[in-house]
Amino acid sequence: MTRVTQHALFWPATTLALLLVVSAIFNPAFLSIAWRDGHLYGNLVDILNRAAPLMVVSLGMTLVIAVRGLDISVGAVVAIAAAVAALMIGGSFSASGNAASEHPLWMALGTALAAAAACGLWNGLLVVKAGMQPIVATLILMVAGRGIAQLLTGGQIITVYYPPFFTLGNGYLLGVPVALWIAVALWGVLHLALARTALGLFIRAIGGNPEAARVAGIRAASITLCVYTFCGLAAGVAGLIISSNVKSADANNAGQLLELDAILAVTLGGTALTGGRFTLAGTVIGALIIQTLTSMIYSLGVPPEVNLVVKAALVFAVMLLQSAEFRGLVLRVARSARA
Amino acid sequence: MADGAPIVLEARDITRAFPGVQALGGVDLVLRAGEVHALMGQNGAGKSTLIKVLTGVHAPDGGTIKLLGRGIAPHSPVHAQELGISAVHQESHLLPNLSVAENICAGRYPRRPWTRGGGIDWTETHRRARELLAGLGIDLDVTQLAGGLPAALQQLATVARAVATDARVLILDEPTSSLDTDEVQALFALIRRLRDQGVAILFVTHFLDQVYEICDRMTVLRNGKFVGEYACAKLDARGLIAAMVGRELVHAAKGTEHAVGAEPGTPAVLAARNISRRGQLKPMDIELHGGEILGLAGLLGSGRTELARLLFALDTRDSGDILVDGKHTDLDKPADALGLGLGFCPEDRKHSGIVADLSVRENIALALQARMGLRKFLGLAEQRALAEKMVAALGIKTASIETPIGQLSGGNQQKAIIARWLATQPRVLILDEPTRGIDIAAKQELMNEILELANGGTAVLFISAEIEEVVRVSDRIMVLRDRCKAGELPRGAEEDAVFSMIAGGSRA
Amino acid sequence: MNWRMNRRLLPLGITILLFVGMAAFGAIRYDGFLSPQVFLNLLIDNAFLCVVAVGMTFVILSGGIDLSVGAVIALTTMISAALLDAGWNPYAAIGLVLVLGAAFGALQGLLIQQFNLAPFIVTLAGMFLARGCCYLISTESIPINDPTYAAIAQARIPVGFDSSLTIGALIALAVVLAAMRVAHATEFGRTVYAIGGGESSARLMGLSVASTKVGVYLLSGLCAALGGVVMTFYMLSGYSLHAVGLELDAIAAVVIGGTLLSGGVGYVAGTLFGVLILGIIQTLIAFDGTLSSWWTKIVVGVLLLLFCLLQRLFEGRTRKAA
Repeated sequence: MTRVTQHALFWPATTLALLLVVSAIFNPAFLSIAWRDGHLYGNLVDILNRAAPLMVVSLGMTLVIAVRGLDISVGAVVAIAAAVAALMIGGSFSASGNAASEHPLWMALGTALAAAAACGLWNGLLVVKAGMQPIVATLILMVAGRGIAQLLTGGQIITVYYPPFFTLGNGYLLGVPVALWIAVALWGVLHLALARTALGLFIRAIGGNPEAARVAGIRAASITLCVYTFCGLAAGVAGLIISSNVKSADANNAGQLLELDAILAVTLGGTALTGGRFTLAGTVIGALIIQTLTSMIYSLGVPPEVNLVVKAALVFAVMLLQSAEFRGLVLRVARSARA
Repeated sequence: MADGAPIVLEARDITRAFPGVQALGGVDLVLRAGEVHALMGQNGAGKSTLIKVLTGVHAPDGGTIKLLGRGIAPHSPVHAQELGISAVHQESHLLPNLSVAENICAGRYPRRPWTRGGGIDWTETHRRARELLAGLGIDLDVTQLAGGLPAALQQLATVARAVATDARVLILDEPTSSLDTDEVQALFALIRRLRDQGVAILFVTHFLDQVYEICDRMTVLRNGKFVGEYACAKLDARGLIAAMVGRELVHAAKGTEHAVGAEPGTPAVLAARNISRRGQLKPMDIELHGGEILGLAGLLGSGRTELARLLFALDTRDSGDILVDGKHTDLDKPADALGLGLGFCPEDRKHSGIVADLSVRENIALALQARMGLRKFLGLAEQRALAEKMVAALGIKTASIETPIGQLSGGNQQKAIIARWLATQPRVLILDEPTRGIDIAAKQELMNEILELANGGTAVLFISAEIEEVVRVSDRIMVLRDRCKAGELPRGAEEDAVFSMIAGGSRA
Repeated sequence: MNWRMNRRLLPLGITILLFVGMAAFGAIRYDGFLSPQVFLNLLIDNAFLCVVAVGMTFVILSGGIDLSVGAVIALTTMISAALLDAGWNPYAAIGLVLVLGAAFGALQGLLIQQFNLAPFIVTLAGMFLARGCCYLISTESIPINDPTYAAIAQARIPVGFDSSLTIGALIALAVVLAAMRVAHATEFGRTVYAIGGGESSARLMGLSVASTKVGVYLLSGLCAALGGVVMTFYMLSGYSLHAVGLELDAIAAVVIGGTLLSGGVGYVAGTLFGVLILGIIQTLIAFDGTLSSWWTKIVVGVLLLLFCLLQRLFEGRTRKAA
């Protein structure tokens, strides 16, 4: 029994299961899945669909945190990617009713992703080459990035009318939402890269002891740069999914508070903010926990404003549990109560 | 200094245990006024625990402490300081962003009376600091930032702060670790001044010559037990070492198993010309030949580790070239060095060696994997095979190869780090204090491993503070002094010759 | 000795120079820029930011960070508006929210200090909590109709040259002056600098590190609440979406003011100029008329970048000199 409870994913998985059970108790229809209009339909499907962008961003964030870094600019990068894509597709709505795209879709998406990756690379350069603290370095893009996104969109919400673009956030493939496919695919690619190459080992070494990793001959600088670039890229993917879902690019609000949710998802999943060991599966579960929470609150009829307070409580709980001093205090209190 | 001097601190039968280890088992310590008393013992003998008990960090499980005849029980460093016991630790640093005066008076600022506005009286603060330093013979501008001072002056200022509270007992824990010869003398002048003022000084150091230079008496600990208290004049260095180690040192015959170095005329595997780094190493040359062990000797602060780090490109050099096999290289980060067949076993394994959370297997495989790059992955089976082979070959004591390396003892961690570099089959291996903090038996195993490595054709740069080790195993000895190259000695040189070269020709 | 003093003041000097430069640029380029009221408006319009940034200065000097200040401002406005709506005496309401702000900050400080938690994540959760509480009180804006508040909001104190200050601006100035004194003439202030210089060294020296660490967060919470009070004078409403992102502006003001994000180095006076610089950027953009408001964010980002890079250079050079 202890071996099960000591497994890294035990607590995140249990928390998720608990949330689902509680939701189901209050709302029996919560867990039902049906097949409608040619695809899966139901609350669970909704959760998975809405959690997909958060999953994607959090996967990128996991690696950054694993190398003892942090990226609080992902929300701004989401806005930038959405703005670039929307601009390149164009908001034209032709009179005949067939919306057209100013540039081929692949070019629009590609440019948006390239811009997002460039943002990640920029963050990485500040951290690695200029030696800035990650919070500071990414704070700069967080502030300026949203301004850049607003500059691109002229402060307006750009509506996109090009149907093929909508599939990212609204389409279904084999009954399963496309967004979920993307998230799972990204997870799969990362997993392969980490397991089949030395990347996982190197990241854990760099996060565990950056100086020792350097002495051992690991190209820590290059790897850290790649990790930040990937985080930016992931934010770009999330930005495309989000803007596709709402069929528009809103530079003011897209991705607002997303970085905080991503960091929360990573810590809920069991990766410590101090870096080193990390778990992708835990992050995915963490993202699902956050989304399930939101859904549960909604389905319980509790005002959605409670969401933030609950998230705060969760963060405090996870942080305290991860703190050795807190666990020590609890043990001492438990021992003296028993005595 | 005389036996009749009044006793200031008397600690009797101090015991203290931690989970799994009896750190102190009935230790006595007697400090007299106007005396410099050395606390001697190997790593793990209990010196730092005893100091922590005296300064109130830990409470003793048993025993008594009396200060000037009164029983005391300090419960924190601040309390100990109030009682009159001050300590300057190895990791005591000044606050670099505050002025010298602030550092000295922090926590005890003189205040202006409310009638004149309250708040800190800066004029008085500066005056007090100046007065204190003057009384100790230290000449410093108290308004400058402490961070701008050279390390030695910072050390003196730290001592000044410690005695500012009318300390009766001053504990100095490894105060000379990062000082050069002149700076050590300046510190000793201060210590003598304090001694003459009647302070009882407890001096902890691993430099035997410093003990004999400045101390009057010494207390020796071994494995947490009290071995004895001696007058420095009555116990010579050999006797002291015997007391610390517990048996006469067995000297292995000089250079038995090692085939004599490389053929003369072969190009150096690794050569550095005119290599230097501002503030750390003056320009010098060094050559390493395959199959040869080059010993690097010198005092702490002479530049040995700095040279090693420059050769491995851990630090950026300000001048000089590094040539491998006679060819110029673009060596500017450790990954490059690794690719060229170099290996580096750092001095501080906790900080630059082990990744504590990774397993023994992963730590051992790390450098080899780093050289193979990202895509060519060693794979679990191969990593396991490598790790098991190394664990057997070097006698690493671990429950399994999957144990996090942080749980191993220091000696076994060191062996694992050396195993890491052996796995890369390096052409040049730089070993910085590989035997530090390791027990005698493990030391011998390691030294044999190093000799075997050289026999196999690897060039070895062996850095150690223990001259006896260096002399025993090296084909050539390069001596550093004050960040310069003092000279070279051939195989079979006597320890005295090395000491002389370190001391320098002009000193009496 | 004078040269060494100047080195310490160099970052502050650069900030002041930047401010003067921007003012000069504005004066040359736009008519009416150099009027006294324009400059006083810098302080008037950013008074709440100034108060919050002063509290943030202490936190950053100690090596920490406080991301909850924007949310605490909003919560303060909400609670104030709700209390006034319920008929509370305005001064009692002000007193209560100040106490609440200080308590909130102290709680965060205790968690950080006692359980060794990262300030970033604790104040992040604090931000969630405070904003969430705002929404719990009301999702809509609550107008403030209390006559005392209205009077304070409209009060103008003439300072000559046909210009005047608001009460909020005066509060900001008072806070800056008080903070300067605390930073340089009290044990608490010097301990804050000491912690920023090296927490373990400060502990070994026997300084009261634990209580000071809790104290800086208490101070930050108090300043956030006070900033919230100033904002209620300015906006005359309580709204959950007040001050979104204000913590970033506060951090930017502190950094541009010359305080190192790693802690230990910086002046409260610098933060004042940092706030004024943020204000003057917006004024310049407003005077230009053609630039859109989001250019402010971009310019602030660029300034932040430059100052951070400068800080890295400064740190590098002092290390080499030692």
